[in-house]
Amino acid sequence: MASVLILGAGSDMAVAIAREFAAKKYDILLAARNSNALIPLQQDLQIRFDIKASVHDFDALAFDTHAAFYNNLPQVPDITICVFGYLGEQEKAEQNWDETARIIHTNYTGAVSILNIVAESYAASGKGLIVGISSVAGERGRMSNYIYGSAKAGFTAYLSGLRNRLFHKGIHVMSVQPGFVNTRMTQHLKLPPVITAQPEDVAVAIYKGVMKKKNTLYVKWHWRYIMLIITSIPEGIFKKLKL
Amino acid sequence: MQKRLANWGNYPAIASEESTFTQEEQLRSFVSDNHELIARGNGRCYGDASLGKHSISMLKYDKVLLFDTQKGILETQAGVTLDQLLDIIVPKGWFLPITPGTKFITIGGAVASDVHGKNHHVDGAFSNHIIDMDVITGTGETVTCSPTQHTELFWATCGGMGLTGVITRVKFDLKKIETAYIKQTQIKAKNLEDVIRLFEEYKHYTYSMAWIDCLKKGDAFGRSILIVGEHAQPAELNDKQRKAPLTLPAKRKLTIPFNLPSFILNTLTVKIFNWLYYNKNLKREINNVVPYEPFFYPLDAILHWNRGYGKAGFVQYQFVLPLEHKDGLVAILKRISDKGWGSFLAVLKVFGNQDSLISFPMEGYTLALDFPVRKGLFEFLDELDEIVLQYGGRLYLSKDARMKQEVFWKSYPNAEKFASIVQQYNPDKRFTSLQSERLLLTK
Repeated sequence: MASVLILGAGSDMAVAIAREFAAKKYDILLAARNSNALIPLQQDLQIRFDIKASVHDFDALAFDTHAAFYNNLPQVPDITICVFGYLGEQEKAEQNWDETARIIHTNYTGAVSILNIVAESYAASGKGLIVGISSVAGERGRMSNYIYGSAKAGFTAYLSGLRNRLFHKGIHVMSVQPGFVNTRMTQHLKLPPVITAQPEDVAVAIYKGVMKKKNTLYVKWHWRYIMLIITSIPEGIFKKLKL
Repeated sequence: MQKRLANWGNYPAIASEESTFTQEEQLRSFVSDNHELIARGNGRCYGDASLGKHSISMLKYDKVLLFDTQKGILETQAGVTLDQLLDIIVPKGWFLPITPGTKFITIGGAVASDVHGKNHHVDGAFSNHIIDMDVITGTGETVTCSPTQHTELFWATCGGMGLTGVITRVKFDLKKIETAYIKQTQIKAKNLEDVIRLFEEYKHYTYSMAWIDCLKKGDAFGRSILIVGEHAQPAELNDKQRKAPLTLPAKRKLTIPFNLPSFILNTLTVKIFNWLYYNKNLKREINNVVPYEPFFYPLDAILHWNRGYGKAGFVQYQFVLPLEHKDGLVAILKRISDKGWGSFLAVLKVFGNQDSLISFPMEGYTLALDFPVRKGLFEFLDELDEIVLQYGGRLYLSKDARMKQEVFWKSYPNAEKFASIVQQYNPDKRFTSLQSERLLLTK
C-alpha cells in the first residue's frame, strides 16, 4: 500500500491532508512533537478509511534527531508532505531573538534539515515525491510579517532548488503557496472570504497537484495574480506602503 | 474573531467571538481562562440555545475514536456530524439508534438536545443509547458520566443545552441493519381524528410520523399523511439494490444560494404546496422501498432550505401534549388554521414514555411547525404557549428562541432540580447562552 508521511500532523491543514490521502487509500504516517496527541486522528483515519495509520514523535527544532526519526519509520513513505510551520508574532520577534529564531528554525532550518534526509533517501532509491507547504508571505517581505516571510522565502527557494536537482533523479518536488487558510493559526485574523481557502480545499488541491505533478500550487487561483501585482510594485513605492 | 452567528432559524443573530479546537488540552485551558462560554456544534438548533458571547466551535473536534463492528458500538469526539458517521457505519451494516430530521448535527448537539426521531415510541431518545460520555465542566475538569456514574451530571447534560459544560466524547450503541433502505408505507388521513386513530393502529412500526396540513378547515381539519417504515430486509429490495444493499446510489444536492424574499412563502403558496403534497398520493395507501436518506432527511436534500424564509428568519414551534389531551391539539391547530399562518411541512408524531430530567419528550403528541418572523408573531406564540401550559405540555428548547421564562419554569417539572445541578457543575455561570439567560437558568 502506498503511504504518505505528514510532518507537522497536528494542524488543521494536516488533518485535512491526512483525510484526503487516506480517502484515496494511502496509509498515513503522522509525525508531530507530541505523538500521543495524534492518536485520536490515527484512530479516526483507520476507522473512516480502512487504511493503516501510525504516529511518530518528530520535533522540527531538534535537528540532530531527524535522521534517527526518519530511519526508524516503519516504512519509507512514498510521499512526504512537510506541513509544519510557525507564524509567530512579528512585533515580538523584532525585539526578541528567541521568537525570531523559533520562526526561522521552524519554517526554514527545521524543514531543510528533515527534507535533506528525505531527499537523500529518495534520490538513492529513485522513488518518492516531496511536497513542501511554503507561503505567499515568502514572495515579498512586508513590514507586518517579514521574519516569517523571509524564512518562508528561504524555504520556497530551497524547494525550487531541490525540485531542479531531484528532477534529474526522477523525483518530483511540489511547492504549495496556500494563501489565506481558515485554520486555528489564523482564527484571530479577519480574512477576506473570497481569497480564503478552507483546510479541505488545500488538501484537495494538494492531492490533485500531486497527481498532476504540479511544480508550484496556489490553492485559490486569485493568489497567483495578487502576488504578481505585489511583486511588480517598484520598491520605491512599495517601501512607502504599510503592508 | 467576532462573527455574526445565528442558528438554523436565522433568528436571533448575534456577534460572537468564535474559537475552534482540535486538542482536549486547548479546550480545557480555554474553558479555565474564559467566561460567558457556550459550546456550539453545527448550528442546527433553531433558536438561541448555542448562541453566546464566546462560542466554542466543536466542529474541528471531530475524530472517530472507536467503532466496534461486531457489537455495534461507536465512540467519537463530540464535534463529528451524523452525516459523517452514517457514511462510516451504514456500509458496515449499522445505523444510528436515534436520528432527528437532519443529519447535519453533531453528536454533542444530539446529546445536549437529547434528540428524538421517528422511533421515539419504540427506542426512546438519544440519551437511551449512551454508554458513557466526557464533559468538561465549569470547574475545568473532565468528568466521565453515564447512567451509572456521576448520574446527576449525566441526566442534566442530556437535554441540558450545554449548561453543565462542554461535551467532548460520547460512546453509544448502534442499531443493526441489513440494508440501507426503508420499507415505507404512506397512508392518507382525512382529518385529525383519522390520523390519531392511524397512529394507534400503526404503533408497532419502528418509525412513524405524519405530515399535517395546518391550514385546512371543516371536515378536512388536520388532514395528514402518516408515514411509517421499517429497515428493509435484503429480500425486499429490487435486483439492482440487492447487489449492494448497504450502499446508496449517489445523488446531487440542491441548494438555496441566498435568502429568498419573505413574501414567497405566504398563506397562498403554503396552501398550494399543501394541496400538492396531499394530492400527490393518488391512492389512500402507498407501499414502497426507499433509500434511508429521503425517508429520514427529506429536507437535507435542499441545502440551506432555511433561506426560503427570507432574511428575517423563522422560528420553529414544537410542543408536546400529554396523550390524554388531544383536545389541546385540536385547540392549538384551530388557532393556527384560524390565523392562517401555518407553515408547510408541519410534523405530528406520537412520543412514547420517557424518564428524564430535562429532556423534551414525554408520552403524548408532538407537533412542529415553522413560522416566519413577522409582526405579531411572538404575541401569537405567547397565546399558544398558554394553551400548551393549560394542557400540561411543554416546548422543545432546541427549537425555542422566544419562550417567556415563566413558561419554561411552569412546564418543565424538574426545572428546579436541573438548575441546581447546573449550579453545582457550572458554579460561576461560565457556560451561558442567550437562551439560558432568557429563561433565567444562568442569570
